Amino acid sequence: MSEAALPAVAKARKKKRHWPPELNALIGLIGIAIIFEVLGWMVRDQSFFGSVTRLKIMILQVSIIGIIAIGVTQVIITGGIDLSSGSIVGATAMIAMSFAQVGTYEKAFFAEQGWTDLPVVIPIAIGLSCGLFAGFINGVLIAYTRIPPFIATLGMMVSARGVAKWWTKGKPVSFPTDDFAALGAGMTPVVIFIVIAVLFHLILKYTVYGKHTYAIGSNEDAARMSGINVEKHLVLVYSIAGLLAGLAAMVLSARGLTAQSGMGVMYELDAIAMSVIGGVSLAGGRGSIVGTAIGMVIFGVIISGFTFIRLDAFYQEMIKGAIIVGAVVADVHRQKRRAAESD
Amino acid sequence: MTDSILKVEGLTKHYGGVHALEDANFELLAGEHVAIMGDNGAGKSTFVRQITGVEQRTRGKITFMGSEVNFAGPLDAREAGIETVFQNLALADDLDVPSNLFLGREKILLNLGPFSILDMKGMREATEEGLKRTAVKIPNINNAIRNMSGGQRQCVAIARTATFHSKLTIMDEPTAALGVQETEQVENIIRTLKDSGEPLILVSHNMRQVFDLVDRIIVFRRGRIVANLRKEETDGQDVVAYITGAKTGEEYLGAA
Repeated sequence: MSEAALPAVAKARKKKRHWPPELNALIGLIGIAIIFEVLGWMVRDQSFFGSVTRLKIMILQVSIIGIIAIGVTQVIITGGIDLSSGSIVGATAMIAMSFAQVGTYEKAFFAEQGWTDLPVVIPIAIGLSCGLFAGFINGVLIAYTRIPPFIATLGMMVSARGVAKWWTKGKPVSFPTDDFAALGAGMTPVVIFIVIAVLFHLILKYTVYGKHTYAIGSNEDAARMSGINVEKHLVLVYSIAGLLAGLAAMVLSARGLTAQSGMGVMYELDAIAMSVIGGVSLAGGRGSIVGTAIGMVIFGVIISGFTFIRLDAFYQEMIKGAIIVGAVVADVHRQKRRAAESD
Repeated sequence: MTDSILKVEGLTKHYGGVHALEDANFELLAGEHVAIMGDNGAGKSTFVRQITGVEQRTRGKITFMGSEVNFAGPLDAREAGIETVFQNLALADDLDVPSNLFLGREKILLNLGPFSILDMKGMREATEEGLKRTAVKIPNINNAIRNMSGGQRQCVAIARTATFHSKLTIMDEPTAALGVQETEQVENIIRTLKDSGEPLILVSHNMRQVFDLVDRIIVFRRGRIVANLRKEETDGQDVVAYITGAKTGEEYLGAA
């Protein structure tokens, strides 16, 4: 390359660099917010963002799935997918809650054994272990048997849902101790989300784990050639995704003061949607926790916005589906453009 | 300059009944740049793959830096100091230059197992130094590799060599996919390596490039070495004669 050509090329590249997918997501968020604000004045004659209570509920609604999305983001960055998180939420919620019941409730799951009023660390440790275990199985299947992640986690999705139903033969588990219920009380879920998000943002950016996660999604062969133990790393990534799903399960059941086997259905898709809307590429190698957090807020604004303008729940689901597909279409479009650029 | 860097004796590789490489004897001396030429399927890449541990040889002895070696994989070879630049670049497109150079052997600030904290500044500085040593110009090393031209990417792959002070560099057709100016840039890096006395094995089809850059030319034909020529004692037509089989080196008669 000649000296003269160099600065020109550098300039062109630099221009492109100033347009990260996170920024697209942020602009999208502002656009959607304006739309709902306008619609709010038109339909309800009041401000959508004027109510702090509404904003609080909005962020609460999505922050639990947001915790899952942080794990799913990492999985997608490696070029994989995790369809099992919703079912892991169901199974973990049932199991953890059954160790968190109060003694005064005579129909408690472990009443006979006297395992009631246990210190809160026990159900939390059990819940986290459940999530971790399910994620570990996912990871081992994907890394060592070379099954596509789609299939492996689809299997886990079905099996974990089975576990959720089998644990109490379908009966809900209720009446947690106050300590356990505190996990979901007030704005605690949002605080937990923020802590987890900041933690994994730093981990992805500044640790070997983060570099290797991006490297595997970017070029698995290159990662292997460079001496990264790809298999071990994938097990770790899927285990973390499972662990975070387990955490989300406890927050969710603590918030509702009950666990049901049907909990978390379709959460995996919401979590994937949050990631993709936030600019995480399904092709792997690209994305960030910041992007996913923005994607989560977009998701929240859309859901509360629809409720606010009194759109029927049926329409909400239809539109939500369209948004998920739209985000993936945008991602595919980005990949195509990128491929064209690098030629 | 009589120190032997790499010595290969009787190197043989059979893929089932296919004799891809037969009884290759070769020696590389300190500071020497040697080209490996030959037609497609002549055994050049097979030869390189045995040395770099990508494949396991059927027979033969490899001595590197005075001691016999048996690399279980390319990583072993890399750790021993043999850095290979493959034609299909082993780079992670979404990572920046320092991350690619140090992929799998990152500099660590605080060891926490898989969550060890990276020494970003240290890696950036070492990268800049490595690029300076090879005279590679990359506008912004914090850019993802994806945003770079083919030549720049190739240069990044080559710059690993300089960053890790490897003892031997092997390049498998490093300019095959590059344009004229980019080829020139890569060739300049090779000259820099020569000036700093770093040995190189260059697999190439480009006659002009070979005569420009190396001291010695080894010709492969049908899995065997058929010529070992000093650059000053040969010319392009001569080399082509060996490649096509019109001629065979005296010491190799009877082999092919």
